[in-house]
Amino acid sequence: MKESRFGSWLALAIGTLYFVIPLISTLEFSLRMKRGEYSLEAYRVVLRDPRFQDSFLYSTTLAVLTIIIGVLLVLPTAYVVRLKLPRLRPIVEFITLLPLVVPPIIIVFGYLRIYNTSSFLPLTASARSTDLLLTFGYVTLALPYMYRSVDTGLRSIDVRTLTEAAESLGAGWFTILFRVILPNVRSAILSGAFLTFAIVIGEFVFASLLNRPAFGPYLQLIGANRAYEPAALAVIAFIVTWACMGLIQLFGRARTARPGS
Amino acid sequence: MPLAWLGVVPFMVFAVLFMLLPTAYLVVGAFQDTAGNFTLSNISRLSEPNIVNAYAISLKISAASALIGGFLGFFLAYAAVSGGLPAWIRPTLMTFSGVASNFAGIPLAFAFLATLGRTGLVTWFLATYCGFNLYATGFNLLSFWGLTITYLYFQIPLMVLILAPALDGLKKEWREASSILGASSWQYWRHVALPVLWPSILGTTLLLFANAFGAVATAYALTGSSLNIVTILLYAQIRGDVLHDPHLGYALALGMIVITGLSNGAYLWLRARSERWLR
Repeated sequence: MKESRFGSWLALAIGTLYFVIPLISTLEFSLRMKRGEYSLEAYRVVLRDPRFQDSFLYSTTLAVLTIIIGVLLVLPTAYVVRLKLPRLRPIVEFITLLPLVVPPIIIVFGYLRIYNTSSFLPLTASARSTDLLLTFGYVTLALPYMYRSVDTGLRSIDVRTLTEAAESLGAGWFTILFRVILPNVRSAILSGAFLTFAIVIGEFVFASLLNRPAFGPYLQLIGANRAYEPAALAVIAFIVTWACMGLIQLFGRARTARPGS
Repeated sequence: MPLAWLGVVPFMVFAVLFMLLPTAYLVVGAFQDTAGNFTLSNISRLSEPNIVNAYAISLKISAASALIGGFLGFFLAYAAVSGGLPAWIRPTLMTFSGVASNFAGIPLAFAFLATLGRTGLVTWFLATYCGFNLYATGFNLLSFWGLTITYLYFQIPLMVLILAPALDGLKKEWREASSILGASSWQYWRHVALPVLWPSILGTTLLLFANAFGAVATAYALTGSSLNIVTILLYAQIRGDVLHDPHLGYALALGMIVITGLSNGAYLWLRARSERWLR
């Protein structure tokens, strides 16, 4: 038994080294901008860069829109499939898994062909409509995660009883869905939302090929032209990802800790 | 009942407009010539050397990062789940895996440039303290091994995340029963644990494979367009028609759909199969 525990520690030690060394290296590199001393110069330069602020704000806005559209799209579908149309489940689940099967670069390639200026729906004609197309693209990327977390949330509550109770009190479908069901699966939706945020904020392929000024293309631009700023940006990106995962855990825990649910 | 359908219709319309139609357009285009007639010549032109070469490098990197990531991820997950380590290790590892598996794309490329690039910390450390010049050995971060090592940063955590619940499904009683019956550790693995686990292990490895095959951003940020992998070739084709034939571009995309479709399809099928035992 002792021997196998040694193996476990060894696996863990090697894993820790592999995962921690790049983080330390990146942090160290990001502090080296001023010759001969460690400083936060690279961070100062990056955070003051108006292109950083603009692209980060742009991607944040798109992430929020993606989350809202994603919830509006997924919640009614998951609810109806669970309660009234269970025979649609295989089809709906297949669709939600499609973005995992078809790589993002393929999906955006199709967008550029179908929604170009001479098509039936010229979404790439103006900047605003391209933003909309980009948001829809992000909704597809987030779909597998969004659907799964909402569906898990619905499974853990008694959808049927809640619906019947609301109906007998005279609630319409809108009230049932958004004022009864939604608050009950809030934590599940939040965890899907933070995962979506983490995916959208640094996304590169969609934004770059649709030519929109998002955070991902900005990262690429800085990476191609600067030495120390990319490391600082990587540290910032890591912190953002970590914050999103931390919030998911936080809401997940709050949910299990709540008595009687 | 009509109201119930109303809840599903927007979802279906969305799926058709923003997933099925765009994909179908490329698939159909792969079988058409510029005049719109049916042809197989786009598909046969995929055998041009630079395209075959791009597929070969992509397949090699994806296979290497999936196999190594799957192997290491399995041991890491096993160590954390049933390796007799302190209880706090598992949730810490799972949280970290959640972060690292999402820490992909361009920032990951930056992190590895700062680590193993020409002026990276590890490169410098090896040269200064071990007298070992990494780049004199022919190593290059912008190469097959460089990209594979970088991809492992999200491949291993993904394996850990998916495999840990499957390892939980190995019941303690099975191990006890087999040792009471006189089975050795090897026999337990050969006849009990692996037959239960193999769909999860194989399936997740296929998922990792497809994951690496479709990745663009990390490779692009690391190598620019100097490494000829399929996604980067396709990216260049979408940007500027480098193949000088849009329909050859569609065929290139079709090849990718087939490869990721097959491996992810097999993953989903194996996942359904493994759920039989691991409840």
